[in-house]
Formats: sequence, structure tokens, C-alpha cells
Amino acid sequence: MLVHLPVLQVIVPLMAAPLCLILKRVQLVWLFTLLVSGIAFLISVLLLQQVMSSGTIIYELGGWEAPWGIEYRIDKLNAFLLLIITGISTVVLFAAQTSIEKEISQDKHTVFYVLYLLSLTGMLGIVATGDAFNVFVFLEISSLSAYALIALGKDRRALWAAYQYLIMGTIGATFILIGIGLMYQMTGTLNMEDLSQRLPEVAQTRTVFTAYAFVIVGICLKLAMFPLHLWLPNAYAYAPSIVTAFFAATATKVAIYLLIRFTFSVFGLSFSFTTLPLQIIFMALGMLGIFVASTTAIYQTNVKHLFAYSSIAQIGYMIVGFSISSVAGLTATLLHLFNHALMKSALFLALGAVMYRIGSVQLSQFQGLGRQMPLTMAAIVIGGLSLIGVPLTVGFVSKWYLLMALIENGWWPLAVLVLLGSLLAIVYVWRIVEMAYFKPSLATHANVKEAPISFLIPIWILVFANIYFGIDTRLGVQVAQAASESLFAVSVSDITIIEDSL
Amino acid sequence: MIMGLFNDWVVVVLMMIGLYIIIAHGNLIKKIVGLTIFQTSVFIFYISMAKIDGGTAPILVDGVTQYSNPLPHVLILTAIVVGIATTAVALALIVRIKEAYGTIEEEEIQEQDSQHKDSHKLNIHNSSEINRDKKEC
Amino acid sequence: MKRGELIESLINIVLLSLLVGIAIAIVCMKDLFAVVMLAGIYGLISASFFVVMDAVDVAFTEASVGAGISTLLMLVVITMTGRTEHPTRHKPLLAIFVVVVTGGLLIYGTFDMPYLGAIDAPIHTHVAPRYINESMQEVGVPNIVTAVLASYRAFDTFGEVVVIFTAGIGVLALLSVVRRRDEDSVIDSINDSMHEQHLILRIVSKMMIPFIMLFALYVQFHGDYGPGGGFQAGVIFASAIILYVLLFGLSTARKVINQTLIQLIAAFGVLFYGCVGLVSLLNGGNFFDYNVLSSDPIAGQHLGILLIEWGVGCTVASVMIIIFFNFAGRKEFQQRNGNLIDNISKKNKGI
Repeated sequence: MLVHLPVLQVIVPLMAAPLCLILKRVQLVWLFTLLVSGIAFLISVLLLQQVMSSGTIIYELGGWEAPWGIEYRIDKLNAFLLLIITGISTVVLFAAQTSIEKEISQDKHTVFYVLYLLSLTGMLGIVATGDAFNVFVFLEISSLSAYALIALGKDRRALWAAYQYLIMGTIGATFILIGIGLMYQMTGTLNMEDLSQRLPEVAQTRTVFTAYAFVIVGICLKLAMFPLHLWLPNAYAYAPSIVTAFFAATATKVAIYLLIRFTFSVFGLSFSFTTLPLQIIFMALGMLGIFVASTTAIYQTNVKHLFAYSSIAQIGYMIVGFSISSVAGLTATLLHLFNHALMKSALFLALGAVMYRIGSVQLSQFQGLGRQMPLTMAAIVIGGLSLIGVPLTVGFVSKWYLLMALIENGWWPLAVLVLLGSLLAIVYVWRIVEMAYFKPSLATHANVKEAPISFLIPIWILVFANIYFGIDTRLGVQVAQAASESLFAVSVSDITIIEDSL
Repeated sequence: MIMGLFNDWVVVVLMMIGLYIIIAHGNLIKKIVGLTIFQTSVFIFYISMAKIDGGTAPILVDGVTQYSNPLPHVLILTAIVVGIATTAVALALIVRIKEAYGTIEEEEIQEQDSQHKDSHKLNIHNSSEINRDKKEC
Repeated sequence: MKRGELIESLINIVLLSLLVGIAIAIVCMKDLFAVVMLAGIYGLISASFFVVMDAVDVAFTEASVGAGISTLLMLVVITMTGRTEHPTRHKPLLAIFVVVVTGGLLIYGTFDMPYLGAIDAPIHTHVAPRYINESMQEVGVPNIVTAVLASYRAFDTFGEVVVIFTAGIGVLALLSVVRRRDEDSVIDSINDSMHEQHLILRIVSKMMIPFIMLFALYVQFHGDYGPGGGFQAGVIFASAIILYVLLFGLSTARKVINQTLIQLIAAFGVLFYGCVGLVSLLNGGNFFDYNVLSSDPIAGQHLGILLIEWGVGCTVASVMIIIFFNFAGRKEFQQRNGNLIDNISKKNKGI
């Protein structure tokens, strides 16, 4: 059975989704979803172990070899991503039942879990596959379920946010489809590995250049990279809390993964960064993203909005690391991807707990909550510290690596800018702390109690992860470094192929 | 060259008309029609590329050796299904937006949202809630 | 031969120009009913274009989806949302900018493309030749499109089924209404009185419905040899049911077709498709490796394709029915609460 792990990773949650519809009983469906997500997590752990010890795993679906059939190709990079996605999904699910009881009407609960599983399936499918068109199919599974999940939010603005997301997401996906079509037209293949070997021959054509532009813009729409981020804040703010916690930690990460995969593995480093002025574009947009989004975050009155903008800023850090295009830079991006998933899932889950108790996440409603919900608020504070990048939290580790990567290239001014960006994070985190601890409680909140245990357990698991991986950095760093090194090894061999052909 | 690339250029024109409708028009249904045109033009692009001179439809028949490329056909079959799936979800959203906002014009919806921005009260739209309101009325 | 090609390219030009004309008309029209009908025609013409391009399977699907289901759904929605578009106040400068930049980039990209129909284009020399030359020995199905979609790229098709399933669940999540028993009787009486006016229509279509279903089954089984397959069959089957609903009313149809059962069938289709993969896994092959389903690989391929096409057909038909029932059910629900929604919109405008 171990040989089949790559496909089981995707198939298990996929098949579980229709099964949920048959089970019907809500309590049962929740436990079942949790179980399935847990199994998926175990599979991803096994996969990561296998990949780290014996290298890339290739799985031919339908028994057809690669360019003719679809293959799953698990290397260090996507094994790492699979672990993050399934891990976060499982932890978040612990709190799901309690949270949706207050936020989603009773008759929609089963449907919620079905959509959740489909969304999980979509993301896992995108990450696991080695076929460019298969990416598109699973992208649509995850997006369609995401639109519906966001629209389940209680506020009517959730509907409007979901609609906007749908329009942007579909344009993005269609752009990716156009890009894949152009690549296919020039090479005759859809398999990523095969593409990477056949693209260098036609790399100088205008068509391939256009293909790259469309794929990248499409991904950046999905990624909510500044300035294409406009759909994200409302979608995150008005979605049900569980959905926000899950998506904030995973959806944009999958898009980052696609960006890395297409840039490094498919088109190759030499094409992406040497022939095109991408480095400067990404660097500038990443930096702008950090500053604009962090500043906007400071002025938000809704805490979910605040953290949503902070997410866009964090994406900026990942883009900066990516644009350095060195092993160190990519390692920083991957680390930040992992760390940001831990922080944001903890923070948004804690906000879910607040929502559960007081029915709102307006900043003004946070007055004095530090005394009434001490554990939840402590979690938000630690998550916030991690967001800022205080030592002994994960946020510090990735910022440190990012700074190192920048300094390694001698880009001192940029390193200073990254530090300044962190100062902005202090401001917006402080606003919450000030409200929660230094203001008297609201009279209307006299009866507010600490969040229920079903919230506290997952929140504190994530908070401890934030601290643990901040102190014991081995796992994250080791995998991230190995992944980025292997990506560069592939890309470097690309260059030698071109030189040979010249 | 004009004939050889004619299809591709028409595809680009159609695609841009679709994209224009999506961005410039405020009516939500019209946007979805634009999205359909946009996606359909991509289908035309794929199918045009599969065409081969002197070929026939990719169904094996004795005595024919030249077939158009089946792979883009397969991909577009999938893409059409994805397209209708998206349209269905989008239309469902539009119906709900109409119920919640009373309009399907982008500008009016944004106007309403900006007015409500500072209110802490939720704009509740669930059907069960509507029923409850009705009783109160 | 030369003349045939000339006529073909003439048809090609005419169809594409028609598409552009319709698209421009859609931009200008303010009446949404006209827009939706034009969109349906657009779908139909692009289906004809696909026939010219030798893509018969695609044409079949586009005709049933682009001209059929999606037009129908949009019409249903328009009855709920009103049929005129308001003029926009701001100037569409941003839109024009985006469109010009994207379009310019694409036109730039076309200059290095292989020409239409070129025999030596990369896509005709790499990967595809194996499908054309070997699929008869490897899969044993004359329709190469079916061979590729159901066997070589079966996983994509599985994804496609899941997409459609997701859409069904999404619509269910957005539109489903909790119904009370006593509501049905009221609607019954309305429907009965209404339908006496459509006596001829009802009788004629009653006779047609079995034939439509029969045709659906033909398409389902004939997918190996000609254009067709589970997806098209599912849509056609669903259209028979939708015709029934249109003529006999929603509440009558609800008595005939149990909604819970339909949902179960949708779920079952996906599971069934997946189980074919799991069985090949248990038989020692890879996921979706049909060769191991039977002692003879070709027989295994045939069996596998037959089974998964059934899974596709079940899910597609039932999801289409779910989608239509939920849209129509929501309309009914709105009519019942009609005054209330008017009030909400008035209130919103008042503020």
C-alpha cells in the first residue's frame, strides 16, 4: 500500500466528501471529516519521510507513463506543502463543530463539511500533481468550494465578497488555462517534467514569453499578491471563522507553491530570471505589498480585516524571498510559508473563539477581553508577536533567514526595509493588545466567559507549534533548505542543457 | 500568415470583449455572460490548435490516417464542464445577492456596503432569519 | 481537395465573424433577456465552429451546455432579478487599459505560433501520435477522445466529475430552503389551475420525454464509438426531467423525484468512479489502471471505461437536476416571501 501513498493523499479526502453526504448525521459527519483529515495528515508525514530518505516519488495514474498519462510527482517541496495543508486542516477541524453551530444554520452543516473536504482535496491535488492541466482541474475544485464556503458567512457582505472572489478567481484560472495552452502549443506536452525539458528549445519565442506572463499573472491573482489583492480582505473577513482560519493558512500557500513550481521547475531559473526583468518587478511589488498592506492594516476597525491585510503583507515577504532567487532566499520563503500558516491559523481560530463568545470581531468590542478571555487573548498576543518576528517565535526564524538572504546578496537597503515593515506589524498588533488589556470591559460583555475547550485545544496546539518551531528550528529549516536546494539543482541542470544546445 | 493566424486573432478579440464586459459592466449577470464569452474564446483557441490539414474527427475509421489532435478536445471537454460549474455557482450567488441587497448592480451594492461599514450590527441574510423577521412584521 | 479546403476556411471565417458580432451586440445590449438569448446563440455557433474544426465531442458538449443548460439557468435567474441593466456612471478607463494591455500581449504572443492546421506543429508530433496510433491496441476504443479522457487521462475526468459535484453542493449550500409540509398543498392548487392552459404542450412533451431519455442512454453507451459519453448523456437525461418540471410544476415533480435520493445518486456517481480506481488498486495495478480489472487487458479497459462513464452520467444528471430544482425552488420561496424581500430592498434604498 505504501507505493500508492501519493494518490491516496488526494483520494482519501476526495472520496470522503460524497460519503459525508450519505452519512447525514451532523455530529458523525464532523468526526468523520476530522478522521479523514487526520489520515491525510498521517499520509503526508509518511510521504515526507519517504521523500527525505529516498528522493522524489513518481506515481503514474492509470499505469500510463508520464507524458501520455498523468503522473503524481512528490518531491521535497510538495511533500512539505502537503504536510502543512493537512496538518492545519486537521487542527482547525477540532474547533469546527463548535464554531459553525453559531455561525451557520443547522441545515447547512453537512454541506459545510462536504465543501471543506472538497476544498482540501483541491489544494492537495494541485500540490501533488506533476501535470499542468491537472493543476487547473484541481484548482477549480478548490476554488468552487471556496466560493461556496465563503458565501456561508452570516453577514450579507460575505455573498458579495464571494462573488468578487469568484470573478477574480475565474479570471485567474482562465489566465492559467491560456498560459498552459500556449505552452502546450509550443511543446506538445502537458507534463511539467517534460515541459521543463522541451521549453528551453523554444524559450526565445514570443509565445513562450506570453505563456509565462499569463501563468504568472493568473497565479498572482489567486495569490492575492499586491496589487491584485483586492478580493482577499472581504473574503477573509466575512467568511465563517473556521473557513478563514483554514484558507488564511493554506490557500495562498498553495498559490505560492504554484508560483515557485512554474518559475523554478517548469520554466527554469535561467528563463524566469535571466531573460526577464522579473526579479525587480517581484521585489518591488513584494516590498510595496508589505508597506501598503501593513499600513492599511493599522487603520482597520474589524480585526479580521486587520489580519487579512497583514496576510497580504506577509505574502509580500514571501515574494521578496522568492525574488532573491538564491537558495537562501527560497529557503526563507518556504520557511515563512510554513510559519505564516502556523501564525495565521492560530490567530484566526482565536478570532473565531471571540466571534463565538461575543458575536463580533470589531476592534471596539475587544475592550477588556484580556481579562475575560485570558487564554484566547494570550494566544492572539503570542501569534501577534510571531507576526512581528520576535525571537523565540517562528516569525523570527523566517525573518532572520530572509534578512540573511538579502545581506548575502549585499542588498542592505532592502534588509532595512524588511525590518521597517516589521515595525508596522508592531503597531497593528499593539492596537489589539491595548484594547484587550488596557481598556475597561464593556458593560454588555459582563457575562462573557473564556472560549470553550474545543476552541482552546486547537488554538494552543498552534500557539505551542509557533513557539516550538521558533526554538527548535531543525525540522522546518532542514526541509525548506533541502527543498530549495533540490529546486536549484534542477534549475542549474537546465542551464547546462541550454549551454549544451548552444 | 493572415489565414494561419486568423483564428488566434479572433480568439484574442473575443477574449478581450469578454474581459471588457467583466470589468466595465456593473450588472452581475452581464458579468457572468462576459465570463462565459471569455472562457469560450479559450475553448476556441484550444480547438483551433488541434486542427490539422486534411484530417478528420478523431474517431478511428479504416483508410484514414490523418486525425486532428484528440488531446485538446479532451482538455476542453473538461474545461467546458468547469465553466458551467462556475456559472451555476455564480448564478446562485447572484440570486442570494439580490435577496440580501435588493439589487444586482455593482455600484448600488458598494454604496450600501459603504453606508453600513461602521455599523456593528450584522447584515444578516439567512433564510431562517428572514422568516423570523416576517413574523415580527 | 483544394476546393473543399477553401469552403472550409470560408465557413471558418463566417462563423468566427458571427461570434465577434454577437459578442459586440452583447456588450451594447441593456436588455438582459436579449443578452442571455444572444449568449445561447453564441454557444450554439461556437458548437458549430467546433464541428468545422473536427471536434465533434466538444461540439456536442458545448451545444448541450453553452446553448442549453447555461442559457436555461440564466433565464431562471433573470426572472428573479429583473431584466434591465442599469447604465454605469463611471468611465471604463481601467477596463480599456487592462483589455488593451492583455490583448496586445496576446497578439504579440501569436506571432511565433504554428499556423492553423500545420502538420509539423509540436502538438502533432509529440505525445498525441501515440494516442492516434496506439490507442486501438492499448485501449481498444475507436473514439480516440473517449480513450484519452477515460483511460490515459482518467484522473482529469475524475477531477471534472468532482468539479461538477462541487458545483451541485455549492448551489445546494447557497439556495436550498427548508420546506414545510403544509406549503405544498397551496402550491398544488395554483399549479393545477395554471396547467390546464398548456394542455397540448403537456401531452406532446409527455410523449417526448421517454424518447429524450432513450436518446440519453444511446449517447451513454455509444461514447466508445462516436461522439458522446457520460457527460453529454447526463445533461440530456437531466434536460428530460427539467422539461417535466417546466410543464408540470415543481411540486408535482418533487413528488416524482425525491431530492434526497438525487443527492445520494450524485454522491454515488463520484464514489462509483473512484471505486473503479480503488478496485484496480486492490488488483495490484495503479489507480485507474484498467488493465488489471480483467484477465485480458483490453477487456479490462472496456470494462473500466464503461463503468466510469456510468459514474460520470449519474453524477452529471443528478447534479444538473439538483441545480435546477434549487434555482426553481428558491424562486418559489421568494414568491411566498415576496412582500418581505420588496420591503428589504425598499428599506435599503431608503437608507
